[in-house]
Amino acid sequence: MILSDSAKLQISQTAKRYPKARSAILPALHVAYEEHGYLSDQMYEEIAQVLDVKFIEVAEAASFYTMFPKAKRGKYLIQVCRNISCALLGSHHLTAYLLDKLNVELGEITADGLFTVVEVECLGSCTTAPMMQVNAHYYENLTVEKVDRLIDEFRSRK
Amino acid sequence: METKLLTQFVGDPQQHTIERAIEHGAYQAWQKVLKEIAPAALIQIVKDSGLRGRGGAGFPAGMKWGFVPKDSPKPEYLCCNADESEPGTCKDRVLLEGDPHAVVEGMMIASYAIGCHTAFFYIRGEYDVSQVRMSKAIDAAYAKGFLGKNILGSGYDLDIVVHRGGGAYICGEETALLSSLEGDKGLARLKPPFPAVEGLYNCPTIINNVETLANLPHIVMKGAQWFASLGTEKSKGTRIFSVSGHVKKPGNYELELGYPLKDLVYGLAGGILDDKPLKAIIPGGSSTPLLLPDKIDTKLDFESVAAAGSMLGSGAIIVIHEETCIVWVAEILAHFYMHESCGKCTPCRQGTGWMYEILRRIEAGRGKMEDIDTLLDIADNIEGNTICPLGDAAAVPVISTIKLFRDEYVYHIEHGKCKVQSQFKLRAK
Repeated sequence: MILSDSAKLQISQTAKRYPKARSAILPALHVAYEEHGYLSDQMYEEIAQVLDVKFIEVAEAASFYTMFPKAKRGKYLIQVCRNISCALLGSHHLTAYLLDKLNVELGEITADGLFTVVEVECLGSCTTAPMMQVNAHYYENLTVEKVDRLIDEFRSRK
Repeated sequence: METKLLTQFVGDPQQHTIERAIEHGAYQAWQKVLKEIAPAALIQIVKDSGLRGRGGAGFPAGMKWGFVPKDSPKPEYLCCNADESEPGTCKDRVLLEGDPHAVVEGMMIASYAIGCHTAFFYIRGEYDVSQVRMSKAIDAAYAKGFLGKNILGSGYDLDIVVHRGGGAYICGEETALLSSLEGDKGLARLKPPFPAVEGLYNCPTIINNVETLANLPHIVMKGAQWFASLGTEKSKGTRIFSVSGHVKKPGNYELELGYPLKDLVYGLAGGILDDKPLKAIIPGGSSTPLLLPDKIDTKLDFESVAAAGSMLGSGAIIVIHEETCIVWVAEILAHFYMHESCGKCTPCRQGTGWMYEILRRIEAGRGKMEDIDTLLDIADNIEGNTICPLGDAAAVPVISTIKLFRDEYVYHIEHGKCKVQSQFKLRAK
C-alpha cells in the first residue's frame, strides 16, 4: 500500500460526484501526485481498485498527460515556459541561466535534491512573460535579479 | 479605449469573494432567469444577441445550444472549457482569477437554457489560482442556495463539478475535452455526431468557453439588443485581447469588437519594444496566420481579420519586432504542435514531428534548399486530413512563415545562420 487511507477516501468521494467513476481517473492521479510527487504502477493499481476500473485504464490516461510523471524530481520543480510569447522575451536565456546557476542538466535533480529544471509549453502567462512555474506557483515578469532572489529564497526554505 | 464589460471588476482584489461579487450585481441575472425566463426564450435571447464563441472558432452560441435535441431521454451536460492553452492566450485566466462568480453564473444560465442538471468545469491542471478561486466560488454559490436542489424554490436542480485536466493542449478541443473528462487520453473524436447530440457519456453536451459564458449575465440583464449594439454587424460585444511579445505594455485589454489593431498595438500596448520596427503580428493565437505590418489598419473583428488573411481565433495578439528570426519562430511553434499532437491521426502525429525536425535542421544551419518545399508538402498533407483542428493549426505557422518570409528561409539555408539574430536575453532588473 502506497497511497494513504485519506488519499483513497478522497478519491472515492470525488468519484461519487461523477455519473461514472472512470471520470475520476485524472482527479485520482492528481491526488496521488500531490501526496508523493510522482506516480508509479503500484499507485495506478491502487487507484484502479478504488475506482473499480482496470489498471491499464489508469496507466493509459496517466501516460498521456504531462502532470503525472513517473520520474522523481527535485523538491522544487521549475518549469520554464519555452513557447513563443516567453521566447520573444528571453525564455531560452532563462533556462540556460537556471541550468548554469544550479549546475544541473535539463530534467535532472541537483545534487542537494532541491531543484529540477524542465522546459514546458505555454502556461497561459503570455502577457507577463517570461515566466516559470515552481511547483504550483507562477512566477512572472522574470528578470535575472528576480530569479536570483527566488532561488535564494527556495534554498533558505529548504 | 477599453470597453470594460467583463473586466469591469477584475481589478478589485476582493471580487473573487461572493460578498463583493454580489455587491457588484452577481447572481441577479441567475435569479431573473429562474423567475422569469423559460429555457426556449433564453436560447432565443442569446441567438438574438449575436454572441459568438470566444474559444477560437467564433460559432454562434445560441445556435449551438439549439442543436441539443428537445426530446432526448438522456441527460444533457454542460462543460465550461477552461483549458486555456493556445500560445499567446491568457484572457480566460483574467476572469477565472479576477471574477470567478461571473463564470459560475454564466455556467448556471447556460445549463438552465439546455436543461442540464450536472455541469462540468474543465480547467487546465496548471492553473492553480484559477482552480482554487473557481472551486471556492462554486462552494460559496452552493452556500447561498444558488446551486443544488430546487434552487431558490424554482424546482430546478444544478450541480457543478470542478475537473482538473492533466496538462494537454489538445483537451481544449471539445471532443478531446470530453474524452479526457471520461477518464481517457485526450483523443479527439470524429464529428458527426456533434457533442450537442452525442457528447459526454454519449449524451447531449454543450461545451462553451469561459469568456463566452461570462457574457451571459450581462445579456440577460441588459438584453439582446443592447449587446448587439456593441461591436460590428457580425461580431457583437467585446473581447479580451491578450497582447504579448514585443510591446512596451503587454496585457489583457477588453475592447469592443472592431477596434483598430493599430490603436491596440501602438496605443494601449504602448508600441513596439525599444521602438524597433514591427516585423509581424500573430492576431489570434499561434494557430493563426501571421499578418505583415501593412495589415496594421485591420479592425479586430472576425470578418476583418479573415479578410486580412488570418483569423481572430482566441484573440491572442503576439507582436514580433524586426530583430526576430522567423525560422526560429516557426521552429518554436512546430515544437509545440509536435509535443501536443494527440497521436490519433497519422498525418498530424508524423507530420508535426517531421516539420519540427526540418525546421530545427534549418535553424541549426544544416538546411537544404529542398527543405522549404518539403515543409510545404508535409503541411499540405496534414491540412484537412485530420479529425480535429490541431493538424490544421500545426500547418498554419509553417505555411504562413514560408509564404511571407521565404527569403529568410533561403538566406538561412544558404548562409547556415539567421538573417537576423534573435537571442533574446532576460532583462537584468
